[in-house]
Amino acid sequence: MNTEISGIVFIFIAAVALAIPLGRYIGKVYNGDATWADKILSPLDKIFFKLGGVNPTKQMTWKQHLVALLTINLSWFVLSMLVLTNMSWLPLNPDGNPSMSADLAFNTSVSFVTNTNLQHYSGESGLSYLGQMILMLWQFISAAAGMAICAVVFMAMKEKANDKLGNYYNFFVKSVTRVLLPLSIIVAVVLLFNGTPMTIEGKSQFVSMQGDTVNVSRGPAAAQIAIKQLGTNGGGFFGVNSAHPFENPNYFTNIVENLCIILIPIALIFALGYIVKRKKLAWTVFAVMTIGFLLLLIPTVMNEMHGNAAIAKMNIGQPMGSMEGKEIRFGAAASAMWAISTTCTSNGSVNAMHDSFTPLSGMFAMLGMMINSFYGGVGVGFLNFYIFIIIAVFISGLMVGRTPEFLGKKIEAREMKIAAIIALLHPLLILAGTAIASHIYAQDPTAYAAWLNNPGNHGFSEMLYEFTSSSANNGSGFEGLGDNTPFWNIACGIVMLLARFLPIIGPVAIAGTLASKKYIPESAGTLKTDTATFGLMVFAVIFIIAALAFFPALTLGPIAEYFTP
Amino acid sequence: MKENFLPAIRITAVSILMLMVVYPALILGIAQIAPANGKGETVTVDNKVVGYKLEGQFFSDDKYFWSRPSAAGYNAAGSSGSNKGPTNPEYLKQVQDRIDTFLVHNPSIKKEEIPAELVTASGSGLDPDISPAGAKVQVKRIAAERKLDAATILSLIDKQTEYPFFGPDKVNVLKLNIELDKLEK
Repeated sequence: MNTEISGIVFIFIAAVALAIPLGRYIGKVYNGDATWADKILSPLDKIFFKLGGVNPTKQMTWKQHLVALLTINLSWFVLSMLVLTNMSWLPLNPDGNPSMSADLAFNTSVSFVTNTNLQHYSGESGLSYLGQMILMLWQFISAAAGMAICAVVFMAMKEKANDKLGNYYNFFVKSVTRVLLPLSIIVAVVLLFNGTPMTIEGKSQFVSMQGDTVNVSRGPAAAQIAIKQLGTNGGGFFGVNSAHPFENPNYFTNIVENLCIILIPIALIFALGYIVKRKKLAWTVFAVMTIGFLLLLIPTVMNEMHGNAAIAKMNIGQPMGSMEGKEIRFGAAASAMWAISTTCTSNGSVNAMHDSFTPLSGMFAMLGMMINSFYGGVGVGFLNFYIFIIIAVFISGLMVGRTPEFLGKKIEAREMKIAAIIALLHPLLILAGTAIASHIYAQDPTAYAAWLNNPGNHGFSEMLYEFTSSSANNGSGFEGLGDNTPFWNIACGIVMLLARFLPIIGPVAIAGTLASKKYIPESAGTLKTDTATFGLMVFAVIFIIAALAFFPALTLGPIAEYFTP
Repeated sequence: MKENFLPAIRITAVSILMLMVVYPALILGIAQIAPANGKGETVTVDNKVVGYKLEGQFFSDDKYFWSRPSAAGYNAAGSSGSNKGPTNPEYLKQVQDRIDTFLVHNPSIKKEEIPAELVTASGSGLDPDISPAGAKVQVKRIAAERKLDAATILSLIDKQTEYPFFGPDKVNVLKLNIELDKLEK
């Protein structure tokens, strides 16, 4: 097998092989069962609980969980604004970088607190090391906030669940101490020994072999890159993210980082299986997500390895495939693998420039974000999938003429209304946002010429991608878009906020109300949700919603570009 | 919401302590035993730093192997890709210009022999590598410029090419050019 193909096959198999035991471990952590790590990590938990002044055993209802989540997020946003708008005079700024403008700080704060990591600045020149480090803090705790709220839904899905669904701070702290922090330390050390910098010294200078004077940006990068991948954050230390040789020095680190992107999202599916004691359900969910993932991955790999048709016309060979925006050490296949991993999981880090992908690959990357639940972001990916499950249960129920039930609980009008609103919110934010932006641009293309780096359909794709990425809380971009303007900063900021918190509130409300309903034991008439048939049903629901909602917009962007001679 | 404010602020404060101070300090400590103490490994020739091991640099001189085109101009303090779309006419013209420039400097090479990665910009603008094919297509020019035997340079490329178990074969341009200079000594 070609070494590029075998490389990406290895990444995927290794990720699944590690995710299964990790998922079981995460399940034990949330359940409060004993694990081998208790002896080492319990003291660390205690520091958090003691200094934080919380009682981790105090039970909360689903509403209390949501209030706890929203309050803590609000405090993060305020602190983030304060730091980012005052970086220039605060300590740890060896390169003398400026503070952010209010609109850019708003965008960046929302972006990192919502686990999006959309970056309208460039790391080398737009942040001090203090700024980098506070964003790293959000990378940890926004991921933990998502995992914790997912744990609440898992608790609510248990057979004997009632309205007491564990303690939010307990899930939050343990997501940090038991999962994110230990894994980040391991990954950061791996990166360090492969050459990723970790220093508080500023830029250094050298004279190149041809006599050019070159400044080299450095910084405390290794610590951040580890959590950026593990927490499906994706915000890079340097402008070009993991395409940068310091962030991703070689093919081995590329394997490690790409594996980390999908590791916890996959592990959480198996954590679900452990917590609700339905392994078959977990495998069904895993199968649906994996089939979707592969359907996006395989054509993208093929397209990128095949090369750019317009360059083939110039009569030069593309033995490595389409290489604009890609690095030699990764090649086309690993760049395509990363692109689909990062868009399906709402990570958003990149190791190649998505703007320069061939048209259909750009579309598959967008589809990963439009669906946003083939694995999905840590915690929230499953919440998105949960909405699709509820809709599929309801439609299946209608088809066979029975009251829809999921895991022994009746799904009624209220739950369905919430599910429908949440399922439609994502297309609404993306399409309305893109429509407004296109309208503004079309009013006066010369005044807004700096927005788009590419003409025609591809320019439209740049705007569509930006809103898709914001609404999926992804953070990658068609980076040609000139996005550091008040319009883009504020519009994307609002979309990220709505798209983060409403799709958390909806599923938690559904799961919470279902939990307090009466349990109906399974009978011959129960719709089985852990079968291939039901898996296919969920897949069909996802496919139909995505296709109906997004096909017209995709036709105007990547599909038209593909067919333009 | 009120009873949540205090725990929210206190938990955030502990998180700052543990994740923004203790964690990076720990990694910074471990960095002290990592290569170059975590400050980025440099490459030296005759005790003079000529570059960073991981980062590519600009080579345009005919006597050196050229590195890939860079949208950042190999500015290691401002990484960037071109972000040009695959069908953008302005971009395709730029690629055509690069092909023409290459042909002018390498008159014995036919257009079909140029691999696309030599005329397309990398993702980071700091790509340290080229493909073995991208190195070999430059051999005749360098041999003529340095009055060296083409076979010697070809064997140097073979020696410098990395064949990893996973991923594409590649040659580090900086290392290759340093070895190239040594051939003449």
